[in-house]
Amino acid sequence: MAYFLFRRTLGFVLTLLAVSVVVFAVMNVLPGDPALTILGMDASDDALAALREQLGLNAPLVTRYFSWVWNALQGEFGLSHSFRVPVSELISERLPMTISLAVAGMLVTLVLALGLGITAAAQHGRAGDWGVMFLSQLGIAVPAFWLSILLVMLFAVKLRWLPPGGFAGWDDPVAALRSLILPTVALALVQSAVLARVTRSSALEVMRLDFVRTARASGLSRRRVLWRHVLPNALVPIVTIVGMQFAALVTGTIVIENVFYLPGLGRLIFQSISNRDLPTVQALVMLFAAIVVTANFVVDLLYVVIDPRLKARA
Amino acid sequence: MRPLPANFLLGAVLVSLVVGVAALSLIWTPHDPQTMSISTKFAPPSAEHWLGTDQLGRDVVAQLMAAARNSMTVALVAVLLGGSIGVALGLLASALGGWVEDAVMRLADLGFAFPALLFAIMLAAVFGPSLTNAVLAISFINIPIFARVTRASANQIWTRDYVAAARAAGRGRFAISRDHILPNIAAAIIVQATIEFAVAILAEAALSYLGLGAQPPASSWGRMLSEAQTLMYLAPQLAIYPGLCIVVAVLGFGLLGDGLRDITDPRLVRAR
Amino acid sequence: MIELSNLSVHFGHAAALRDANLVIERGDRLGVVGESGSGKTLLALCLMGMAPDSARLTGQLRIDGQDMARAAERDWQRLRSRRVAMVFQEPMAALNPLRRVGDTVMEPMLLHDGLTRRAARARALSLFEEVGIPDPDRRLRQFPHEMSGGQRQRVLIALALACNPMLLIADEPTTALDANVALRITDLLQRLARERQMALVFISHDLAAVARATEDIVVMYAGDMVERGRTAKVLGAPAHPYTKGLLGARPDAGVAGRDAQGKRRRLPTIPGTVPPLHALPLGCRFSGRCPAELPHCATQRPAFAQTETGRGAACHLLTEPRHD
Repeated sequence: MAYFLFRRTLGFVLTLLAVSVVVFAVMNVLPGDPALTILGMDASDDALAALREQLGLNAPLVTRYFSWVWNALQGEFGLSHSFRVPVSELISERLPMTISLAVAGMLVTLVLALGLGITAAAQHGRAGDWGVMFLSQLGIAVPAFWLSILLVMLFAVKLRWLPPGGFAGWDDPVAALRSLILPTVALALVQSAVLARVTRSSALEVMRLDFVRTARASGLSRRRVLWRHVLPNALVPIVTIVGMQFAALVTGTIVIENVFYLPGLGRLIFQSISNRDLPTVQALVMLFAAIVVTANFVVDLLYVVIDPRLKARA
Repeated sequence: MRPLPANFLLGAVLVSLVVGVAALSLIWTPHDPQTMSISTKFAPPSAEHWLGTDQLGRDVVAQLMAAARNSMTVALVAVLLGGSIGVALGLLASALGGWVEDAVMRLADLGFAFPALLFAIMLAAVFGPSLTNAVLAISFINIPIFARVTRASANQIWTRDYVAAARAAGRGRFAISRDHILPNIAAAIIVQATIEFAVAILAEAALSYLGLGAQPPASSWGRMLSEAQTLMYLAPQLAIYPGLCIVVAVLGFGLLGDGLRDITDPRLVRAR
Repeated sequence: MIELSNLSVHFGHAAALRDANLVIERGDRLGVVGESGSGKTLLALCLMGMAPDSARLTGQLRIDGQDMARAAERDWQRLRSRRVAMVFQEPMAALNPLRRVGDTVMEPMLLHDGLTRRAARARALSLFEEVGIPDPDRRLRQFPHEMSGGQRQRVLIALALACNPMLLIADEPTTALDANVALRITDLLQRLARERQMALVFISHDLAAVARATEDIVVMYAGDMVERGRTAKVLGAPAHPYTKGLLGARPDAGVAGRDAQGKRRRLPTIPGTVPPLHALPLGCRFSGRCPAELPHCATQRPAFAQTETGRGAACHLLTEPRHD
């Protein structure tokens, strides 16, 4: 068991390192001259030289990489060119927003997807099953940002129940929640489509197994068999998919923040792109990629916790 | 003759529609998609402009058709590029096995850590947003997907009798990969490619919406939606058409891919 | 206690079970034998109300006087485990792998009998002892994958007994186990039936096990009950040609041994196979394979003829005067 943990953690760390190398390489090797990018074509050679010195661009690449990693581990991401404040400050300001959206989105997704998936499996071959299959096929094809626009047009423009975007701040919790409803719904609807299908097929596979028949023969109600016996066993492959979904969650959060003008990390990335603020972009991309890798790692561990058979093998 | 599954047929119909329109746009559109005419902006649907005009008086149908063409092109290039590299890597991993296979799979895992959007963001920050960057980003995420599918399918073929016979006869691994493995995994790859086509269309739309894809004046469904969002109160219909196009295209390729999978899945074939 | 009257099960137009007549009282030990496809498992499922959804049941199935042939699922749930219980064929995957076996066994007790957790655990413990699981306290906390096939089968039997049913159906309980273990399980089932005054229906194609564990026997072929009676008598002096064929095909040491020259004697088998459900003959379903077939066997269905009290077979040969 300890050996298993060690190997997994090692893999996790290595992947993170590899990701950091890729991010650093793309952001620093490809551009050519970041100083030129920042100051523009008309800048004087002296200004460019000065900036290069200031940014530490004259140091060898490898050194720059290690100092970046070292600083990053301490929460130091350098200075933002456009905002003139430490990047870490920008991040910590906007992190709560992004996390709230992501967590809310994930929770709603799970509830929706698991509920619909299991129900579809229970209704296999009947109207409910076809309905869920159709809706999920649609959900996969509908872009999150279009769905968001449609939701806004219905609930904000036509009905005026909810705000069309923006965020007033956390001081007024009710207003804050109202601003989060549509974004969360849009995020969840699209994500749950894939998860619902996976849940359904996993549940169908499990329902064919012998122990389900045993449970039924013990006089347990169909509902109890479904939720207490089928679902927990169906979760095992679902957990893997949820892990893979984190990449989609990250993408979705970034997109949704931009659709609804929410002041989170997703918006920050795009502002930084427009401002050619490379350090910020670099830090944020690394952060998001790290989140995806970490999520996959946690899922790997969770897997072993859920299934006692794997624990024995570990 | 077994009846073709419903999803395949429906998918084929939708795909033909979209691809047909895209191809048609190469030689004909009702109007030039980029001709502006401020005086006729926000015109309602008419015989002249079948779906009306947008905020700059441009014909909506023409724009949708041009956008279809762009979308298909991006998806095609991205899937071909990423797919070829991915398949090559997968074949390599499967043929050589050992540490090569492990290395390739580790690289694939790495690729999965990077959603297309993050990669596109990096490229955009460094080089500025462009269609090329979008294509590169989408190609990039296709590589690990195809590598994985190829390797898994190829591994199964390597265990077959006729491959063992070929090896015993002294044929090299490259020749075997080309002559035996590739034809037998072609079906699985085509299925994956169709599905990835759908994913690519969606990705291109998202990138264009965010401004990281097709730049003006090129048409793109995603960008049309982004513009329409600012005009929600004035012309809500402009936000509907491009979205519908995306859904039809993605749904079509997705259903087609599912249908192809149903047709070619050996387990299902045996059950028939 | 349990009474079947002309119970038939149809899938579409095909009858997978025809006119089953059966009376089961407390303490009866009944064996049901036949090839696969004979309808013996379907019979068992009917007794549990677990026939496939597409099955149409006609006739009567009375449990404690109440006709359950077309009863709702909810009514069956009240009977399952409390009145009728079943142990299925394959023990390996029959237990929820994510649950400790103790929890699985306790679940029906907590639900049906409303026991407290402590009482349920005590009962589960005593059940484990009753079915012969050593070190029961430790075993209760184990997961299925930590147990062997034989042990899992015992757990399943304990589970079936959890709410003290009056009927235990064992469907091929020994098929997936090796000979030694099979023997012990067979004896266990027999002992349980006797000690608990519980009815036992032992379904198997293993004639030796059935001979050991049961007092009465029903022979089934293609959905029909073709012969029944005391186990010893039916197996000793079979009346129906099919039963005779089955007994001839037994891999018994005396039959499959070596002949005078020391060469392996070939096992006599019944030529042909059971026809599919939609291709069965109109008359006696064994016609076409029967070595003693009469011309009208294929078109006229034989009635069940009693040869002695509680013994009989459905065969024209028993009712026709001999044409010599």
